[in-house]
Amino acid sequence: MTRAAAGVGDEPGAGRYRLLQVRILRRLVRAPEFGVGVAAVLIYGFFAVVGGSRGFLTLTGTTSWLDTASQLGIIAIPLGLLMISGSFDLSIGSMVGAGSVTVGVVTGYLHQGLWLAVVIAAAVALAVGIGNGLLVARTALHSFIVTLAANLIVSGLGLAISLAVTGTTSVPVAVSGLSAKFFNWHWGQLSVSTFWWLAIALVGGWVLAKTRAGNWITATGGDPERARRAGVMTSRVTVCLFICTALASTFVGVLQAVQYTTGDPTTGQSYVFEAAIVVVIGGVLISGGYGTILGVVLGTLIFGIASAGLFYTGWDTNYADVLIGILMVVAVLTNNFLRRLATTTVKKGRLA
Amino acid sequence: MADARSGNGTAPIMELIGVSKQFLETAAVRDVSMSVYPSEVTCLLGDNGAGKSTLIKIMSGVYQPTAGGLRVDGHPVVLSSPRAAQALGIGTVHQDDGTLPLMSVSRNFFLGREPVKGWGPARRIDKKRANVMTVEQLTALGITRVTNGEQPVGTLSGGERQALAISRALYFGARLLILDEPTSSLGVREAGLVLRLIQQAKARGVAIVFITHNAHHAMTVGDRFTVLIHGKVAEQFGRGEQTREDLINLMAGGRELESLQAALEELDQSSGTDNSWTPPTASGIKRMPPADPSSFPLTRSEG
Repeated sequence: MTRAAAGVGDEPGAGRYRLLQVRILRRLVRAPEFGVGVAAVLIYGFFAVVGGSRGFLTLTGTTSWLDTASQLGIIAIPLGLLMISGSFDLSIGSMVGAGSVTVGVVTGYLHQGLWLAVVIAAAVALAVGIGNGLLVARTALHSFIVTLAANLIVSGLGLAISLAVTGTTSVPVAVSGLSAKFFNWHWGQLSVSTFWWLAIALVGGWVLAKTRAGNWITATGGDPERARRAGVMTSRVTVCLFICTALASTFVGVLQAVQYTTGDPTTGQSYVFEAAIVVVIGGVLISGGYGTILGVVLGTLIFGIASAGLFYTGWDTNYADVLIGILMVVAVLTNNFLRRLATTTVKKGRLA
Repeated sequence: MADARSGNGTAPIMELIGVSKQFLETAAVRDVSMSVYPSEVTCLLGDNGAGKSTLIKIMSGVYQPTAGGLRVDGHPVVLSSPRAAQALGIGTVHQDDGTLPLMSVSRNFFLGREPVKGWGPARRIDKKRANVMTVEQLTALGITRVTNGEQPVGTLSGGERQALAISRALYFGARLLILDEPTSSLGVREAGLVLRLIQQAKARGVAIVFITHNAHHAMTVGDRFTVLIHGKVAEQFGRGEQTREDLINLMAGGRELESLQAALEELDQSSGTDNSWTPPTASGIKRMPPADPSSFPLTRSEG
């Protein structure tokens, strides 16, 4: 990202600033994930040098950070879309637990098939997603409040039902056969989670960048009132995206239940923060209206590399949080700069 | 207050017949009648709170009148929503111009009506076509600086954004274009650009309702004028029937301001001080710098 404003020496000050502004903006809008990509490469390089001798670069080392990133990434992609549309979802944490405990109760306690558990979990996710979406779209309530409440309600119900039915909050899972392969299968050392993440990222990226829905998502986050006036059905956008985040987090709950053979309603609360962090590191504006899926994927990779990589350095793994925190501040400052650049009206614009 | 037949002999696109709008105790608009003709610019003028905004919201389907009615093409209509008004060819560009700065010019242009190609899950925005058509439409209106539809709207000037919003409304079939204070936040050259666009739209046969505080801008492009005071029509006249100063006086409340000016002058003389500050009255405005000779500094845009 060179700052040189070559060839504008003959412009007066305002004109030069404006040309520079246009140039930077064009470049960033074309590749806003450029900065995140550079950060990802640097962080990978850092751990390769420091942790290389302890096995960071081995296949096991690689799959360890890919695994961390995959499950987080499956949630981060729909959350990224939701945040681009200007809303927030804190209920993802309890939805992971809800998905997990549903698998435990249905397969381990009721001895039914995994598919029944998946259908029930998806129905719950659909209900929570629609509930969140309608409340946010129809009332003036902030999504933060609505989904904070939903997170409490779902996690409370999950715990209570798990205890009432099975007498424990850690229900053993009993699955086998083909159905389990969808959620727990390995290609070499690569987990099926990674492939699910890749698939969801491709679909999310396509929708955001190429389709009308993507245009509507960005516009809804940019200014819902203006988007509505232009004919965008903003309520529908919001409700659909809340359904997506609920489904994705439930899906991760099912993945975890099958892979760890335990249904646990308390699992997944850490995703509430982690998913939002990687979305922000990935360059999505917190206020909405701007962001890319490639950025979110790179942000998730950074998180995976940093948290799994520290294990291979021999240092205290708590430093991972320090690193992530610093990255987040840098990302937010960059985003703010970008937004200011884009929304500053230059008074003395040159007109043809 | 019946409107005369249009100068070019055509029938009005929209007629307001004794329209009133009551909000609880307050009458925002009282018994307003006016007609809007194709190929003409109808200027709607008035002070803050005069009822301009309420009136254009009635015309664009946001509000329904509490009394009186609307006719479009001679037929009585009820504009139940902005969408219903749009379907009848009534396009509105709001004061904030409605563009999204972080999205590209072509994405803004086609927002809500994106051209698509492909089928089923492969259905996607036809970006190439959207870009080409957007640049084409802007070029047709004389905006030549935008050559790339991928350019973010944030890089456009205020006048160019208004132009984008106007060309968008025209492209999607507006026969009646309502422009709410399109020049109020713009500099002189930028305002000139928008005034030129108004002329071009008029030349295409579009009827324009132009809301402004700026008597100079109104006199430049207007064919007929309606001045609102306290929700009522204070004056309706055609091009050339009133001077600019008459218009400024009317907008400011006419005699009320004259008496205020007289009182101030009296105060000045009795205090005996040499006050270099000129009260911003109708006569004071004439002495303002030539850049924007008749904009009215006391009034700001209505939200």
